[in-house]
Amino acid sequence: MYTQALNTAETDDRGLEDAGRAAQFQARIDAEERIEPNDWMPAAYRKTLTRQISQHAHSEIVGMLPEGNWITRAPSLRRKAALLAKVQDECGHGLYLYAAAETLGTSREELVDAMLAGKAKYSSIFNYPTLTWADIGTIGWLVDGAAIMNQIPLCRCSYGPYARAMIRVCKEESFHQRQGYEIMLTLCRGSEEQKAMAQDALNRWWWPVLMMFGPPDSTSQHSDTSTKWKIKRFSNDELRQKFVDATVPQAQYLGLTIPDPGMTQDADGHWRYSEIDWTEFKQVLAGNGPCNRDRIAARRKAHAEGAWVREAAASYAAKRAHRQTAQAAE
Amino acid sequence: MATANIEVSETPLVLYALRRADDALILGHRLSEWCGHAPMLEEDMALSNIALDLIGQARELYSYAAKAEGKNNDEDKLAYLRDVRQYRNLLLVEQPNGDFAQTLVRQFFYSAFADLYWRAMMNSCDTTLAAIAAKSEKESAYHLRHASEWIIRLGDGTDESHARAQAAIDHLWAFTGEMFAVDDGERVLIHAGIAIDPGTLRGRWLQTLSDVASEATLVLPQNDWMQQGGRVGRHSEHLGHLLSELQSMQRTFPGLTW
Repeated sequence: MYTQALNTAETDDRGLEDAGRAAQFQARIDAEERIEPNDWMPAAYRKTLTRQISQHAHSEIVGMLPEGNWITRAPSLRRKAALLAKVQDECGHGLYLYAAAETLGTSREELVDAMLAGKAKYSSIFNYPTLTWADIGTIGWLVDGAAIMNQIPLCRCSYGPYARAMIRVCKEESFHQRQGYEIMLTLCRGSEEQKAMAQDALNRWWWPVLMMFGPPDSTSQHSDTSTKWKIKRFSNDELRQKFVDATVPQAQYLGLTIPDPGMTQDADGHWRYSEIDWTEFKQVLAGNGPCNRDRIAARRKAHAEGAWVREAAASYAAKRAHRQTAQAAE
Repeated sequence: MATANIEVSETPLVLYALRRADDALILGHRLSEWCGHAPMLEEDMALSNIALDLIGQARELYSYAAKAEGKNNDEDKLAYLRDVRQYRNLLLVEQPNGDFAQTLVRQFFYSAFADLYWRAMMNSCDTTLAAIAAKSEKESAYHLRHASEWIIRLGDGTDESHARAQAAIDHLWAFTGEMFAVDDGERVLIHAGIAIDPGTLRGRWLQTLSDVASEATLVLPQNDWMQQGGRVGRHSEHLGHLLSELQSMQRTFPGLTW
């Protein structure tokens, strides 16, 4: 679903590497060429991308949990099928992204283990609970909307496999976003109770969604290298502003109120939002969000309870290979 | 405030469609419970995919049941506003997921049947049912392949997976007889060429099971006592809990559009 700007700065170790190759690499980036898995790349570039792509993959997988929470309770068969298909898409994105990360030399198992051990991050947004059906609409509309805003520029990311993954992912996310908005539209055209449900969901998700774009530019540590390497093309604040400008009219059309009484529109058309509570963001990143423990516990439980299945599959594959070798030898 | 159950006029054709729709919905719902919690991401995908196929089949069958009934019911009313005594699914499909072996054995037993059943139903003289069968048969063939491969992997995998798969087979066996039973109403449809007699499929079903079990080094039980009751609404205790979750929104917020 989404990658968040969480990377900390990598030390610039190019001095230790071939300066000529590094210059050549940067020249290729500057010429908007794509870097492919077998190409030479600075170690810090590899590390930054491995971290970003795997965080993105973890976010897709952990992101299945809050929405999965409503699959068994979806209010109609059509909604049930659509939600199940959406969560399945997120899983597909996760798989696709793990595969992209693996092209940089770290296995999916290692990446997953780091997430389960709490060493790798995933998007903070999934540490909030889905309490009502309107949360499913809101996640599609706002969380996927924010993801698209962030991921469209990633379709031009300098690393080929990631950029190509993003093209496909963005197409599906855009479908999810429309689906989410359609859920909201149905609620807002429904009963008073349904409208109140929609407004309540917007109230709870609005600020956490704005935090998805990461810390403000004034405090962001990593943008310089990521920008130079064309992994990142817009700053956190630029993307956040684009998102707010796109979303306010959508909320107005729904007849919902953005929970920010201080919001004003500039003469140039931009919607200026109030100060974001970065303390909350830091707390969620530190593991203290409402669902951090539940999310990681659910992933660990699935992993632990599935261990015997994975062992069985490996054991059977080994036996079969052995039998085939024995047969061939006869 | 709770919404009252709808009444359904269960003519043989309506009942026929409802039974198959309920099978598909309840099994699809059970599989969807795995989404996000499967042993590996590939199985999150596969089980969700099978669940989606089954929910799709259920929707078509409910719509057809509603049309055949000709009252004011629709797919959602039939799914969300009948209680446990009105549900007509097989006991097999409502059994809890248990571990991965239990889920896959349940799927294997059902898909081995559904694959044969829908293929035969493609010859129904009822064109809607024949069309639903043609689509369902293609899906069931894939579901059966997926389940069979897992039964073989688990049976011939490790000691633990073998023991779990065997325990699941022993546990679920008694729920398989119901698939082949026919009542008087359904017999009328069979005579009219609308439905086929599932009893005629049991030999081939058993052959599929034996072939796979043998490759998986698993044993099919000898006991022939079979639990029945799902088709007339006498369910296990598990179904009520499933329905209370499935129907919670429609029961809590009556009559709204979502």
